Amino acid sequence: MNYSAYTIQGARASLKKKHFSSTHLVKACIDEIKEKENLNAFITVCEKEALKKATEADKKIKDGVDLPLLGIPISVKDIYLTKGIRTTAASKILDDFIPQYSATVVKKLEDVGAIIIGKTNCDAWAHGSSGENSDYGPTESPFLEGYVPGGSSSGSAVSVAAQMCFASMGSDTGGSIRLPASFCEIVGLKPTYGRVSRYGIIAMASSLDSIGHFTNTIEESALMLSITAGKDPNDATTPDETVDDYQSYLKKDIKGIRIGIPKEYFAQGLDKRIKEKIEAEIKSLEKQGAKIENISLPNTEYAIACYYIIQPAEVSSNLGRYDGIRYGSARQNFGEEAKRRIMLGTYVLSSGYYDAYYKKAMQIRTLIKKDFDEVFKKVDVVITPVSPTLPWKIGEKSSDPLSMYLSDVYTVTANLAGIPGISVPIGLIQSLPVGLQILGPHFSEGKLFQVGKAILGV
Amino acid sequence: MKINVKHVAKLANLPLSQEEEKKFEKQLSSILEYVEQLNSVDTKNFEITSQITGLENITREDKTSISLFQEEALSNSKSNHNGMFKIKKIL
Repeated sequence: MNYSAYTIQGARASLKKKHFSSTHLVKACIDEIKEKENLNAFITVCEKEALKKATEADKKIKDGVDLPLLGIPISVKDIYLTKGIRTTAASKILDDFIPQYSATVVKKLEDVGAIIIGKTNCDAWAHGSSGENSDYGPTESPFLEGYVPGGSSSGSAVSVAAQMCFASMGSDTGGSIRLPASFCEIVGLKPTYGRVSRYGIIAMASSLDSIGHFTNTIEESALMLSITAGKDPNDATTPDETVDDYQSYLKKDIKGIRIGIPKEYFAQGLDKRIKEKIEAEIKSLEKQGAKIENISLPNTEYAIACYYIIQPAEVSSNLGRYDGIRYGSARQNFGEEAKRRIMLGTYVLSSGYYDAYYKKAMQIRTLIKKDFDEVFKKVDVVITPVSPTLPWKIGEKSSDPLSMYLSDVYTVTANLAGIPGISVPIGLIQSLPVGLQILGPHFSEGKLFQVGKAILGV
Repeated sequence: MKINVKHVAKLANLPLSQEEEKKFEKQLSSILEYVEQLNSVDTKNFEITSQITGLENITREDKTSISLFQEEALSNSKSNHNGMFKIKKIL
């Protein structure tokens, strides 16, 4: 069956009317995964478990049970712990690791009826911008053979873009949801830091990690967040802040919304064709009644340097626990990128260098955060590109780690400031997708959906 | 700037091959050279930001709940004995 025209909400309506069953949906997704096995989007496909869950869902539907994701197949990045289902973080260190419990988000999604169809490939430990750092081989773009789908949540993005499931959970520490969403022509949301629980998700850099998702539409993105967001007693960074009624923002137009365009994000280094596409979108928003203002985020130029001190420092600490004693294998089995980050992080935290690197970076982080605080006094949201370039060929940047790191230039700032960001697709250039990023103040996800909807239309 | 790769690897408890040591020395030096641009920013009077939530001393109710059973806790270990993790001699 062809369900690619369905959104989650549409599929739910059809399930309720018995136009098709959840078993049909799951089977269709499994077929899609098998047919496109060459894309290497999944590390583990849970065919048996998913079909069993689908049978249960069909019974519940028959009994009149109504839950927002009942019977809907989704995928999760292989850094989410799933009880009884192998979880590798795409690293050989955890090749045979079977979690004893599930992440809070996995539980929340399963509680409202979602069916986890598989664990998606990614850069090992979520370290990367292209998906090439997976110990299980790179994921490939579904758009053009031999191109990267963006990373680190590479398989999650591909699983949604290639119609293998309806939505996928990823993680975003420096752009790992927004970049692959942009490279795969889908919607990718990085919520406010702390909005969604990190409990049971293998940590990369704890002060930056954001838990978000991929969907085909803004409506689905809003629906997913309304399920995953909220306080979790097991994650002390989740505040008592009420979860907004995100659906209500989808009905609003954007008349009078103030949109800031930061000049630093449109300067040298940005592909001209991407720049033109984004400027056309800004014009269309202006036509719809938005007020466009030119703004400045002056410390943007230090963001990557700041990020590549803080992030590896936290990585080296988080990966310190993998000693192969209680679970997993020995430390020499870390892949090259993980080793590189452990080394870099250990160095910047080591005696004699801490002040010069780590403390300095934390001070610069204050400046970057202040930039946004100031700007959000004047505008409601900020619009920027997601990536300075189009997707690149597999292998093109793998020998030069620094050039790979620089692809995160427009995304790391949101993680440093803890603000939410969403990537929305705005078309193709030479068969390769381009995304636009909307950033807002803390807990402004509703506004991001509102503006995102104005861009994508109905 | 030259990074003492052997020393850092020891601090990180990370066994590296000679080839990796050589490669990382070159790559890490170029990354460090890049991040050193931060030195040009005057941060004398700036506070540090180690996290952005502003939340402090978050506790949860002091209530016990069921945690992992011993068998479950050991389920991923390759070596155990009498319900305990078995490790190599340290001293």
